[in-house]
Amino acid sequence: MSALPLPPTRVLRWAVPLLAALVLFPWVAEPYQTTLFSYGLVMAIAALGFNLLLGYTGLLSFGHSAYFGVGAYAVALIVKYLHVSSLEVFIVGGILASAAVSALFGFVCVRYTRIFFSILTMALSQVLWSLAFKFFWVTGGSDGLRVPTPSLLGTHIDPGEDKMTYLAHRYYYYVLVIFVVCTALMWVIVHSPFGKALQAIRDNETRAEFVGVQVRHYRWVAFVVSGTYTGLAGALWVPLNGLTTPDILHWGFSGEIVFFTVLGGFGTFAGPIVGAIVFNYLKTFAVGYTVYWQMFLGVVLVTMVMALPTGIMGMVGRLSQKWRRVPAP
Amino acid sequence: MDTLIVHVLTSLLYASVLFLIAGGLSLIYGVMRIVNLAHGMLYAFGAFVAAWAVGVMAMRWPTAALYALLPLGALAAAGLGAIVEPTLLRPFYKRAEEYQLLVTFGLLLILGDLMRFLWGPYPLSASQLYEAMGSLTIGDTIYPNYNLLVIAVGILAAVGMWAFVYKTQFGVVLRATSQNMRMASALGINVNRVYIQAFTLGCFMAGLGGAIIVPSQGAVLDMGVDALIMAFVVVVIGGLGSLEGALFGALLVGVVREIGITFFPEVELAVLYLMAAVVLLIRPAGLFGRP
Amino acid sequence: MSLLTTGKLTKYFGDTHAVDHVDFTVREGEVLALIGSNGAGKTTLVNVISGLLAPDSGTIRFRDADITSATIHEKIASGIARSFQLVNLFDQLSALDNIALSIFSRQGKTRRLFALADADTEVRDEATGVLEQFGLLPKARMLAGGLSQGERKLLDVAVAYSLRPKLLFLDEPTSGVSTREKAPIMDIITQVVRSGGITAVIIEHDMDVVFTYCPRIVAMHQGAILADGTPEEIRNNEQVTANMLGTHRHA
Repeated sequence: MSALPLPPTRVLRWAVPLLAALVLFPWVAEPYQTTLFSYGLVMAIAALGFNLLLGYTGLLSFGHSAYFGVGAYAVALIVKYLHVSSLEVFIVGGILASAAVSALFGFVCVRYTRIFFSILTMALSQVLWSLAFKFFWVTGGSDGLRVPTPSLLGTHIDPGEDKMTYLAHRYYYYVLVIFVVCTALMWVIVHSPFGKALQAIRDNETRAEFVGVQVRHYRWVAFVVSGTYTGLAGALWVPLNGLTTPDILHWGFSGEIVFFTVLGGFGTFAGPIVGAIVFNYLKTFAVGYTVYWQMFLGVVLVTMVMALPTGIMGMVGRLSQKWRRVPAP
Repeated sequence: MDTLIVHVLTSLLYASVLFLIAGGLSLIYGVMRIVNLAHGMLYAFGAFVAAWAVGVMAMRWPTAALYALLPLGALAAAGLGAIVEPTLLRPFYKRAEEYQLLVTFGLLLILGDLMRFLWGPYPLSASQLYEAMGSLTIGDTIYPNYNLLVIAVGILAAVGMWAFVYKTQFGVVLRATSQNMRMASALGINVNRVYIQAFTLGCFMAGLGGAIIVPSQGAVLDMGVDALIMAFVVVVIGGLGSLEGALFGALLVGVVREIGITFFPEVELAVLYLMAAVVLLIRPAGLFGRP
Repeated sequence: MSLLTTGKLTKYFGDTHAVDHVDFTVREGEVLALIGSNGAGKTTLVNVISGLLAPDSGTIRFRDADITSATIHEKIASGIARSFQLVNLFDQLSALDNIALSIFSRQGKTRRLFALADADTEVRDEATGVLEQFGLLPKARMLAGGLSQGERKLLDVAVAYSLRPKLLFLDEPTSGVSTREKAPIMDIITQVVRSGGITAVIIEHDMDVVFTYCPRIVAMHQGAILADGTPEEIRNNEQVTANMLGTHRHA
């Protein structure tokens, strides 16, 4: 992983066109495509959060669906019990709820590493999943809870307006802004002294302890930040989906988060973002192509881990290094 | 008193199946230090193969003979394991644990859909074997005799495993390899062969669990996932790598589940997961396992 | 003036006394060598004092405070640091970042999530300075995992040194390093230690290194201190020569 942040001019060279493309996207693409891409952006936020733990702290969580689900259900419950339908309130609610749950679960989980950490995160998320069924009078059980299109910064969907267009424009930009903010924030975090401490913990737990970094505490903070990011993603996801069901609390979804992070490359900053967006299309394609899309994903995952463990961005990184080394004729 | 007996029997039933699954998982971990996230799928695979075989031969064979088909499930799971270990798992022994988890997760996805592809999305049943054994009356309750067969198989398996691991020569080799792989290798033990044998045996146990329970519950696509979680709960309680722990954990989970279902039907699953979490808190290696 | 004193410090591994009721004193400003054959208990003693292992009985006093049951974090805060026999570095961070992390930690800056590490010029300058002292400046940007063994050994010491400790334990700083690299490494270490006013305890197997660089030598055997003195005294100590030095006589 690069130890240095890129110098500003190099970043701007590709960041500005990319940003421009993202901004112009809804005007050139069909609403369906824009909405699909919004899903990708939302998952990218979740992936960014997840990778703080995996790529930067060395902890593989198989239970991140818990925080995504908490964010989503927090939104649904806000609608159900508070009868409020504002995206700002959704976001705050989602963040608070997922921060609380990840603080609690994290406290328990960071006492352990490796397999036990992974299993424990999975077990805890399954507790939530089973509770979502058991307390069906609150959560709607397997039917889930519906969430109507919220107001964005006070503006509502116009009476005659098609929901799809609304999502494709206003909601997309809202999500885009949050995505950019989240990305920038996470970039700062991983390049901060705290971020360096996390990487030190990942590389050598004992040494980190002997340099004065209290490993358990730092892991916990990383866990809370990670869970909150994923919870925010969940809160943004629900209005897109219109509905939240216990499926997103199930560990199968945790597995998807792991999958797209690995796909993009968990050893880079941008890898999870790329992986989430690519996965979004991959899954949509696979689901439309065959009933056996899970097998397809499984095969891709196994192939990736065997042949391309550094993921898409890792491969891009290696190729670009090769190109740079080739001298001009 | 009679209801108590029924409760005990039901706990033992659940524990028997769980022991087979969790014991296999624990054995594999004990020898090879890998956690196979797809282990539950082998249980499901055993169930499906057994149910399918019974379904195919149901018209031609007398019911009594159909019981002989059940072990096919175990054998099929073992065979699948023997294919999977050298191809998918062996490349990862030297690599970081995360990769093992990732590749076995991929395997889980593949096997899940493989079963859907082979047998369709609907459950398969072998209920004639369940009914054919009749039932006995305990007080006011009618208790199926088949369940007693399952419990018997579970006990046999526990005894068999114990004898196998502690009394046979292969068991010695197994234990040596699990304690110190390099040393065992230096002593001339073919570690690769031990690994494939251990993995196959673990898969056999899981497949047997599926095969033996299929007359009672049928083969359903989701059963693998549920089984995996429960197996993990058992090994968390009993400790990864310990057969005694798997037995103890299976019994404990069986009892708690039975109590849970009887008194608090709403929170039973959550209670089990919480139990696992609590055990992990106080003893990360489980109650019996190696840290 | 005594900086560190252990009183009847004991650590068992099963039935073995890895550290057997050891009374060990380190005086301020010393550079002392801790020698002994494999299994003598040197690393275990350091592990217990530095907090990696908990003692089974006995006391440890550091700068007039009892640190017997202090956590690793507390011990580091009070001024103890160590390097490791098997090099322990942050392999995916650059050499500079390895040092910088140590400094950030010392200054309490690792708590900061919303500041850029590379923007902190004060820390960067100090880290660069340390690298220079250790002769590692050319490798500043290189990932620690890619350095040579000798460089890694130095970096390990440098990371511990960057904590500006009062007492520094060095566990075999020249092991695994070719003979001709040993002297330069030790020269750097002793230079840095002296100019920083740091008290150093060096575990070493290489007797040439020990006799050349360490004015005081403590010899351990089977968990207990066998002898304690100047190189002359140690060389002439029959028990030590019998147990550890063999019959090779230095000039």
